[in-house]
Amino acid sequence: MGDAAAFAADRADPMVPRVARVRRRRRDGPLVWTLELEADGADPGGFAPGQFNMLTVFGVGEVPISLSGDPAAPDRLVHTVRAVGPVSAALARVEPGGAVGLRGPFGAGWPMAEAAGRDVVLVAGGLGLAPLRPALYRLLAERERYGNVVLLYGTRSPDEILFRREIETWRRRLDIDIEVTVDHAAGDWHGHVGVVTTLIPRAAFDPLHALALVCGPEVMMRFAISALRDAGLAEEAVYLSMERNMKCAVGLCGHCQFGPVLVCRDGPVFRFDRLRGLLRTKEI
Amino acid sequence: MEGLERIIREHPFFAGLEERFTALVCGCAKNVRFEAAQYLFHEGGPADEFYLLRHGRVALELRAPGRGAVTFQTLRESEIVGVSWLIPPYRWTYDAKALELVRAIAIDAACLRRKCEADHDLGYDMMKRVMPVLVQRLQAARLQILDVYGSHG
Amino acid sequence: METATRRILTSEGLDGLLAALKRRGYRTVGPTVRDQAIVYDDIGSIADLPGGWTDEQDGGHYRLVRRGDAALFGYAVGPHSWKKFLHPPTLRLWRAARDGDAVQVVAEAPPEQPFAFIGVRGCELRAIEIQDRVLLAGQHADTPYRERRRGAFIVAVNCAKAGGTCFCTSMNAGPKAAAGFDLALTELADRPGGVFVVEIGSEAGRLMLADLPQRAATEGEIAAAEGVVERTAAAMGRAMRSDDVRELLLRNLDHPRWDAVAERCLTCGNCTMVCPTCFCTSVEESSDLAGGETGRSRRWDSCFTMDFSYIHGGAVRASARSRYRQWMTHKLATWFDQFGSSGCVGCGRCITWCPVGIDITEEVRAIRDSEQR
Repeated sequence: MGDAAAFAADRADPMVPRVARVRRRRRDGPLVWTLELEADGADPGGFAPGQFNMLTVFGVGEVPISLSGDPAAPDRLVHTVRAVGPVSAALARVEPGGAVGLRGPFGAGWPMAEAAGRDVVLVAGGLGLAPLRPALYRLLAERERYGNVVLLYGTRSPDEILFRREIETWRRRLDIDIEVTVDHAAGDWHGHVGVVTTLIPRAAFDPLHALALVCGPEVMMRFAISALRDAGLAEEAVYLSMERNMKCAVGLCGHCQFGPVLVCRDGPVFRFDRLRGLLRTKEI
Repeated sequence: MEGLERIIREHPFFAGLEERFTALVCGCAKNVRFEAAQYLFHEGGPADEFYLLRHGRVALELRAPGRGAVTFQTLRESEIVGVSWLIPPYRWTYDAKALELVRAIAIDAACLRRKCEADHDLGYDMMKRVMPVLVQRLQAARLQILDVYGSHG
Repeated sequence: METATRRILTSEGLDGLLAALKRRGYRTVGPTVRDQAIVYDDIGSIADLPGGWTDEQDGGHYRLVRRGDAALFGYAVGPHSWKKFLHPPTLRLWRAARDGDAVQVVAEAPPEQPFAFIGVRGCELRAIEIQDRVLLAGQHADTPYRERRRGAFIVAVNCAKAGGTCFCTSMNAGPKAAAGFDLALTELADRPGGVFVVEIGSEAGRLMLADLPQRAATEGEIAAAEGVVERTAAAMGRAMRSDDVRELLLRNLDHPRWDAVAERCLTCGNCTMVCPTCFCTSVEESSDLAGGETGRSRRWDSCFTMDFSYIHGGAVRASARSRYRQWMTHKLATWFDQFGSSGCVGCGRCITWCPVGIDITEEVRAIRDSEQR
C-alpha cells in the first residue's frame, strides 16, 4: 500500500557505521585492551553509563563493546575489549590512527536517576567492570547526590585486575568503599582471595535504601544476586547487564532474544525482577 | 576468663550460643597471636585446634608443583580458620598463613570434641555452626572451578 | 474509503491490470510454476500464473496436481512468501572504500522500481502487517525493508481453496483479505471466461481500476464471492486453539514434549526460511584481496543454527530441544511481549516444508492435552 503515514520517518540508516579513529590504545590485562576512539567529524552526542557501541574492523566484522569511559567526556569514546574472537582480536590490534566503524550508542543503561539519594553497590566480575566504570565516574562526579558508594570487584587473578591504577587512586578517596578479590593468587598478593559474593555480606550499605548494579559472567551474576537478596536487598533494587549474541543492536536481527525481551532493545541493563524466571531456565 | 567468655559470645561464629555451652567452649579456648607470614598450621598436620579470628587476615594455601603456594581463599576477622577439626580423620588439608599480625581465639579441638561426645546437644550445636561454613566454602569452590572469568567464558 | 461496491474484472481485465502496473513502473511479481512448485517471481502476464494447477499439502508433503479447470488462483500458498522481496534473503548493506588513511562508507541504494504483488493471500497480508511492526514500528526502522515496502502495490486474492496444512482461521488471519491491500480479488472459477470480484482497498487501487475495462458486480456475484470465502474457511486442513497459547507454552518451558520433538527435529531451519514472519538475519563481511574495498551483507539467519545464539564461551541454545522451543515459543508466545501480536498467521508452510513433518498445531495440542489429563 502506498500509505506513507504507516512508516517510521526517514532517518539515518542505523546499520551503516560512521568512521572513527583510534586515538589511544592501552593494554589493560592479558588479552584486554582499552581503545579510545574519536568519531570523524561527527557530533559526539553523549552516552549513558551502561550503553554500548557496535565496532567494525573493516573487512573482518562487527562486535558489541560497552562504553567504559567517562560520560562527562563523550568525545573520548573509550571501549575495553577482550581479544578472544576473530573480530575482537582484530580490534585490539588496530594501531592509533587506524580507522574503525562505529554505530551507537545503543541500549538502556544503568538507573542513575533512581540511584539518587540511595546507597549504590556495584558488583563487578572480570571484564564486567568495564560497563560499570561509566556509572562509577558519574557517581564520583556527583558524589553528594548518593549515599554510600561501594564497589565489589572480583576477577580471576591479580594480573587480570582491570583499571588497576585507577582503582588504587579511588581507594585513596574516603567517600567510596572498594573491595577487590581474586579467585586465586600467588604468594605476592596481599588482597582478598575468594569469590566476589563473599564480599557482599560485609559491604556497608542499607539494604532498604540501596541499589545494586551487577555486571559479569551470567553464573557470577546469579550467585551475586542471591547474596544480595540474602543481605536484604529487594529484587526491584537489583539491576544487571545481560550479554547475548548481537548483530544489529537495534532490535531488528532477532539474535539477542532472551525470552520476552530483546537484550539490545530492552537492555542490556534490566531490573532483576523482570528476568527472574528466565535466569533459572536453561538454554533460553 | 570473663574476657574470653565475652569474646567468644560476641564472635559471629558463636552468635546466640547458650550460656552453658559458652562455659564448655571457654574451657577449651585461649588467646593466641601470629606474626605476619607465620603459619597457623600446615597441610597434613593434625587438626587439633581451630581459630576464631579477631583481627588480621589469614590466607589458605595449597602448594602445586611448579606453581608454588596458591592462595584459594583469604579469611578475616569474624570468620573461623579450620573446619577439619570436627570431621575425621581430623587432619588439615591446606596451609593457613597469617598475612599480617593476627589475633585469634584458639579452641583446643580434642577438648571440644570430647565435650561434644559427652553432650550431644553441644555436638549438634557445633555441627549447625560448622556446616554452613562448609557449604559456603563448597559453593565458592564450585564457582572457582567454573573459572567464570577465564578465556573460555 | 468507500469499498462497499464491488467491481468485476475478467481474465482479460486482470491481464490489463498487470500491463497497467508495468506501464506505471512497477515490478510485477506473482505466483508461477517452477521446479514443480508454485513460487513467487516476476510475471509479465496472466499466462505466467499457475492456471489450472492446484497443490496437495500435508506434513512434509507438497505436490502439484491438475485442477481440471483453468482457475488462476486455485491453490494455497507455496514455499515462498513476500518477505523474499520485502526482506531479501541476501542483501548488501554498505561498502567501504579505503584510500590511504581515509575510509568512506556508502550505504547500498534501494531498488529503483516499486513492487506490485499479485495474489497476496489473507494470511500473507497479516504476515506483512506483522513484519511492518517488527521492522518499522520500533525506535529504529529497517531501512532496506522500508524502502521496499514503501509504495508497494498489493493485489490480494481471497483463497478459494484451503491447503491441507492451512489454519489461518485459527489465527484470525484469513482466508479473506481483511485489510492492507489496494485491490482484492475473489476468483469465481466456475464462471466461463474468468470472473474476478474486486474489492477496492485504497485510493491507489481505485485509480488503477478506473483505467481498466470493468463493470459493477451483481448481487449474485457478490454473494458467490462470499460463498467462496465461507467454503474455504470451513475446509481448513489444520486447527489450533490460539487464545491461550502464549500462557500455555510459557508455563510449560520444561515440558517433556520438547524432548520428544527434538528427537524428530533435524534443526535444518526450513520452517524459519518458509515462515512469512520469521525475520532474523545475520551479517557477513566481504573484502577485496587488497583490502581496499570492504563491505557488509546481510542474510536470513535461523534460530535453529548453533551459531545463532553464540556468545563468548559457547552457544546459549546448544540442544535441539532448546532451539525448537525457542522458535515455537517465540512465534506463538514471546512475540506478543516483543511486538504486540502473535508471530503466526496459520499459513501452514512450516508443516508442509518440514522434512520430517513436524506439525506446530500438533505440538501445541500435545502440550495442551497433557495438562488436561
